[in-house]
Order: sequence, then structure tokens, then C-alpha cells
Amino acid sequence: MNTLLEMKHITKEFPGVKALDDVNLDLFEGEFHALVGENGAGKSTLMKVLSGVYPYGTYEGEIRVEGEEKRFATIREAEEAGIAIIFQELSLVKELTVGENIFLGREPSRFGVINWTEIYHKSAELLKELNLDINPRTEVGNLGIGQQQLVEIAKALSQDAKILVLDEPTAALTESEVETLFEILRNLKKRGVGMIYISHKLDEVFRMSDRITVLRDGQTISTESTMALDKDKVIALMVGREVGDIFPETTHDFGATALEVRNLTAYDPDHPDKKLVDDVSFSVRKGEVLGIAGLMGAGRSELLTAVFGAWKGKSTGEVLVEGQKVSIRSPHDAIKSGIGFVTEDRKRYGLILDQTIMDNSTLAGLDRISGKFLTHRSREVVATKQSMESLRVKANSPMTVTGTLSGGNQQKVVLSKWLLIKPKVLFLDEPTRGIDVGAKQEIYLEINRLAKEGLAIVMVSSELPEVLGLSDRIFVLHEGKLTGQFSREEATPEKVMAAATGHA
Amino acid sequence: MAETAKSSKLKLQTSALRAYTMLGALVIIWLFFHWQTGSIFLTPRNLSNLMLQTSVTGIIAVGMLMVIISGNIDLSVGSLLALAGGISAILLTDYGYGLVPAILAAIAVGILIGFFQGFLTAYAHIPAFIVTLGGLLAWRGAIKGITQSETIPISDDTFKAIGQQYVPPSAGWVIAAIAILLVLYFSFRRAQTQKEYGLGEGNLSAQLIGALAPIAGIIIFIVVMNSYAGIPNPVLIFLAVAMFGFFITNNTTFGRYIYAIGGNADAARLSGINNRAVILAVFAILGAFTGIASLIYTARVASATPDAGTLLELDAIAACVIGGTSLMGGRGTVFGACLGALIMASLDNGMSLLNLPDFMQELIKGSILVAAVGLDMIGRK
Repeated sequence: MNTLLEMKHITKEFPGVKALDDVNLDLFEGEFHALVGENGAGKSTLMKVLSGVYPYGTYEGEIRVEGEEKRFATIREAEEAGIAIIFQELSLVKELTVGENIFLGREPSRFGVINWTEIYHKSAELLKELNLDINPRTEVGNLGIGQQQLVEIAKALSQDAKILVLDEPTAALTESEVETLFEILRNLKKRGVGMIYISHKLDEVFRMSDRITVLRDGQTISTESTMALDKDKVIALMVGREVGDIFPETTHDFGATALEVRNLTAYDPDHPDKKLVDDVSFSVRKGEVLGIAGLMGAGRSELLTAVFGAWKGKSTGEVLVEGQKVSIRSPHDAIKSGIGFVTEDRKRYGLILDQTIMDNSTLAGLDRISGKFLTHRSREVVATKQSMESLRVKANSPMTVTGTLSGGNQQKVVLSKWLLIKPKVLFLDEPTRGIDVGAKQEIYLEINRLAKEGLAIVMVSSELPEVLGLSDRIFVLHEGKLTGQFSREEATPEKVMAAATGHA
Repeated sequence: MAETAKSSKLKLQTSALRAYTMLGALVIIWLFFHWQTGSIFLTPRNLSNLMLQTSVTGIIAVGMLMVIISGNIDLSVGSLLALAGGISAILLTDYGYGLVPAILAAIAVGILIGFFQGFLTAYAHIPAFIVTLGGLLAWRGAIKGITQSETIPISDDTFKAIGQQYVPPSAGWVIAAIAILLVLYFSFRRAQTQKEYGLGEGNLSAQLIGALAPIAGIIIFIVVMNSYAGIPNPVLIFLAVAMFGFFITNNTTFGRYIYAIGGNADAARLSGINNRAVILAVFAILGAFTGIASLIYTARVASATPDAGTLLELDAIAACVIGGTSLMGGRGTVFGACLGALIMASLDNGMSLLNLPDFMQELIKGSILVAAVGLDMIGRK
């Protein structure tokens, strides 16, 4: 087998931090090489070195592509050498069409006049090759995140990449989209394309990869054949300690019903006769964790958002908190009724990234912590410090700006915001998306502790092991309808998946 | 704990650094003009005049600041100032209303129109830029219609006093004494509560040292103002408005909500904040301040003219921006906006003393605005 890529003794320093310290990585033709490590381990930095984001001269070490030393000064040079990267943060322009995005910066043209026929014709071919039912003239902003990700891959393919780097490509994909993606990747493998695959999802890593490289604190910890490893071993290598079972023991005592939702229906704001949540009823008791499983678009977030009074379209149904009927027409009403909501996508819906941990933590409960009209700084500082300690937020002070924190710590700040309203019911929507294994486990422990203290928790998660590992009961949604409910003992991945795909 | 104290001090230093840089720029501008004007600039008479020139823009800048922090903009304040002042003058002279109703009318016009524009922005989802661009044209048209484009002279001496009289020196000292006592009281109380909550025990001395600069500032200010004619009434009103704005933005939940909405409107809404009501309120507050400013403006020139306050909105926005306010929302301080207004007024005042032609003044002001923001952007990196 030919070696496609060698990265030797790569060291990259930022002021005060050694982000990469003598890292080595190689890739063979047709190899699927997984790169794993906790957030901040240096995976993304390494890929930025490879792709010319950090140009030659800003790092030490050597990059060889097919035996030839390369010194990329720009991203374009790396692309020309056959390296394509699909970053975690989508880099598509939402206002442009799929076709325009695929050929962005490389538009087929003559004398500066764009050949639109060619753009759309070629885009259609590429999309067909990927089995994607997407019109190349659709604006990217109108697609779901999953489809956008696949468009991004189509874009990389259009550049005839020899080396394809995928950074958490499945984070936002549904099961079926993941299958589509893997099918595509298998084909690329046959064509001899080498792939570096960064993921937190070890199931996928073990399913697909030939070799696994583990990074920790900017150093290469090991590169081994996937055959020679198992999940526990990899997790231990990533975190540098044995973690055992990452889900805590749960022996919850349930109290009275904390929240009951009856016949909730939510309509699509853009198509008022389309039901995104269709007549769903559920209840959750004090001390209980109710997991809501389902595929992307099944109506899980929509359900929570509608109960919380934040749904933009029309919704109907009844909500009872501790047996009392409540009228929730805004998040403000929901908070007053004792419901907290750790929303998905913390950067967009959860945090004010420019502001401090304290400003964020106290935002929802400001009128309780301070006063109705006047703020009380000392009380806020004390409350924030306490929740930082109990959630183990790693930051210097409550005055640290949240945008500078790692994903796991940011998520803890969102959690602390909602715990500071002293909720009776807590909604969690994808509480561990995009955070590293260590922080995930801490969040799991916290969920468990809160349930033990008598909080009723409703958790939406796309990670099946997480739903199965944490929930006392599991509800499954499919196309807005409740298609299955299981107790902790009954639930198996197969049963949940069957309900989620509507085959129950 | 020690670590925490250290880093919060560090954070204080970065924001303080910006304030010091601005103060430094102001001092350089002042010294430059003092030197160029043959020692006219830094005399009590001119400083009194400078403060007077700052007050109208300053008052509006404080209100504008809140609107900008919330992620909006108001282009209509110049026209609104003419309308509010004009209505007040007409009631006073043509209809024989008393002084108090005439004053209240100006403020009420400001609040109502601010409310209206806030409503269109927050509830009808028309972008603030468009709503207030419409306002910029419409309110100017309204006052021209009402006055048939004629100037309304004002003869009421009490009304004129709002813009033209001074606080007697002895009363000035009483105000200064009260201000100093308040500064001491708040320093003492802050130390007290910090102790109570176990945060940085026994730093009363640190708090008192921190109070020295504002106290010195108050005394110098009074001495300078009194060595001419006392504090001009408009300046006193400006300082009161600035204090009010400072209090709102720093010490109220409402103020925090303004920053939160500008920082991330979705996160704010999902945290239970009524974004629309807050946006409505900031527009109404700016309207009220514009009403107050219109009284000063009208009283100073002893007449209401239909073209009063032309381009004032841009001065107010420029003052905010020079003072470090982000037009994207979520960031800015009252202190910065006031300093920005003072810098703008200093440039106007100094360049007029130097008899620079108009076109030069405009070129220089424009360049300084862009340069100030440019330097700020570099500094942020």
C-alpha cells in the first residue's frame, strides 16, 4: 500500500500554549484513519496545519504528500495537492444555492462570465452520484443541517480530493443520512481515497476505521490497528485514565408527577396545516429521567419548545405542573411555572458568548437572584461561584468571558443558568453534543445527581447509548407521533430504533 | 479565591484600559488646541462653553447608547428634537400654556414618538433603521407643516433660563458636596456587602482609594465651572441624565436585559426575557431624553426653528461609537458615550476657535471617527 500522507514531528505553539507537541500521523491509500481525542487535544489544530490554515513557517515539522515535501502557504495550495477538509462548522454560504456553493471560488467561466448551465448540470451529477435527492438550485439555507453536511461532501468530491478530512461529519445527521454517508465513504475508499476521520462517536470509529490515532494534550498517544483495540481501551487512552462504565448507576426514587403534558400538537409555522408534533401526551415524575428518542425531524425539540412556550407557530394542548393546570405562552411563563430548558445549540440559543459566566448564569433567574428591578452584584457573584463549583466549571473566575471556554464548560454554564432558577422540571435538548468524553461523563453524573435530588428531567438526545444509559423511561417519536414507550429494563437499541423509524 | 480576585482585576484592567485610552486621547486633543489657540482653549470660560456644547449631544447619546446596545438604531432623533421643541414653543407662545405644561409637552411628544417607533420595530418587525429613517423624514416634515417653516421666538425668561442660566456657585458647592457624599456612601456600602457575602474581605480602604478619582474629578469640575459663572443649567441636566443612564445600564435587571438582547436575542428570549417590551422601552427612554434635549436646545437659542437638530442623530451615534459602542449590539458604556460626546464637542469647539473653514472641520471629524473605530478594532484583536 502506498503512503499518501506523512506528518512528522509537528509542533505548533500559540502564545503560552503548546497546542501540538511532536505529533506524527500517516495515511495510506484507501485507508480510513480515525483521529480521536478529547476536545482541546489538538485534532482540529493538526488538521488546520495540514490544510494550510496555519501556513508553513508557523509550525515546526514536515508534511509529505505521496513522498514529496509540501509547504502550504494557503488553503488553496493544500486543495491543489488533493487535500479536502470538511470542518465541524459548516462553511457553506446559506444565501447561495447548492450549485453555487459546490463551485464557489471555482466557477466554470469564460472571460469572467459564469457558465450557469455547467454549474447546475455538474452539481446535479455529483448529487446523483451521492444518492442525494436535492435540487442544485435550492438555497442552502433551506436545507436541514444533515443535508448541508452532505452538500459539503459533494463539494469536496468535486475537487477530486485524494485525502479527505472529515471533522465530526455525523454530529447533525440522522441515522439514514449517516448510512448514506458511510456508503459514500466506502466507495471513496475503494477508489483509493485516504480519509482522516475525527469523531467523538466511537461506535462509528470502530465500525469504519482501519487504524485509530489517539491524541491527548497535543501529543500522539498511540496509533494502532482498530482490530487491536476496544472502546474501553480507546477511552482510557483519550482521557488518560480508566473510566469504567461512563454511565453512572441509577437507583432513582420517584415522587409525585411533576409535569404532565396532554395532547400536545404543534404546527409548522411555515405550513400551518402541517403537524410537526401530533397529539403527544407524556408525564414525568419527580426524580425521574424521561428520555425522548427519535431521529432528526421527529419533532423532539419541537415538543419541548412548544411546552416551554417558545414555539413560533401554533400549538395546542394542556400542560400541568404538579397537578395544576398552567397557561404557558412564553418562556417567561414557563420559568415562572418552574420549567428550565437547556436548549440545543448552545452558541445560538444558550449563551451570550461575549458576556461573562456570571452574566450568562444569572440571566434566566436574575429577578430571583438579584431583585425585581435592581441587580445585586455580590449575590450574583456568590450564586455563580457556587454553581461553578458544584458543576466543576473550569475557569478562572465568574468574570471569564464564556466565548473563551471549551464546549464542555460552556454547556455547564448553560446548565447552571437553568439550575439557578431552581426548576421543578428540567428539559435537556442534546445536552452533550460536541463535547468531549470527560465533560460528557461529568454532565451524566450531574443529571443523575439532580434526579436523585428530586428534579424531574426530560432529555432529548440523538445518541442512543446516552438515552439508554440515563433514562428511567424512554419515549420514541417518529414524524411527530409517539411510536413507542419503554421502561429502562425493556429498552434495547433495536427496539428504540425500530420505533424511531416507524417500524414498531 | 486569590486566583479569582486576580483575574477579575485583570478584566477590570482591560476595560479600564479602554477608558484610559479615551481619556488620554481627550487630554491630547485639549492640549493640542490649547497650544494652537494661544492658551484660549483651557480657560474656565471656554471649558464652560465646551460643556454646554456637549450637553445636548450627550443627553441624546446616553439614550442612543441603550438603543444601540439592544441591537437597534434611531436615526430620527434630530427631527424629533425639532418637533418636540417646536410643539413646546408653540404651546408656550401661541397658546399661552404655562411653563410646566410646555416642558411636559416636549417630553411627552418624545416619549410617545419613541414608543410608536419602538412598537413598529419590536412588534411589527420593521427594522429600526427603516422605521427611524422614515421618522427622520416624517417628523421634520411635521414640524415644518406645523410652523409653516417659520421660526418661533420665545420671550419667557424662565424657559430661556433652562438653556442660558447658571447654577449659582454656592449651590454648585452644595451639589458637589452631595455628590461626594454619595460616592463615599456607595463605596462604603459596596465594601460592606462584599464583606457580608465573603468576597474580598476588608477592602474598604481599596474602595476608598477607588473613590478618590471621582471625588477629585467632582472638585476640579466645580472649581473650574465656578471660576467662570457656575455650572450651566444644561450641563447639570446632562450630568443627571448620564447618572440615570449609568444607573440603568449597571444596576438594574432591565439594563442587563438590554445587553443580553443585543448580545444574543434568541438566548435572551429563551431565558424568559420579554425582548419586545425591552426594545419598546429603550426607544421610549431615548424619546424622553430627546424631549429633554429639545428644551435645552430651544431655550439656548431662545427660539424654535424647523431645522433645529439637523444631523444631530449622526453626532449622537458617532459619540457612542467613539466611546467603544458596538453597532452590532451588546457592547457599550454610558461613560464611553459621554466621553465620545465630549471628544466630538471638543473637536467642534477647538476647530471653531482656530477658525478652520467648515469643509476642513467636516473632513477632520469624519476622519477621526473612522480612525477611532479602526484603532479600537485593532485593539480588540
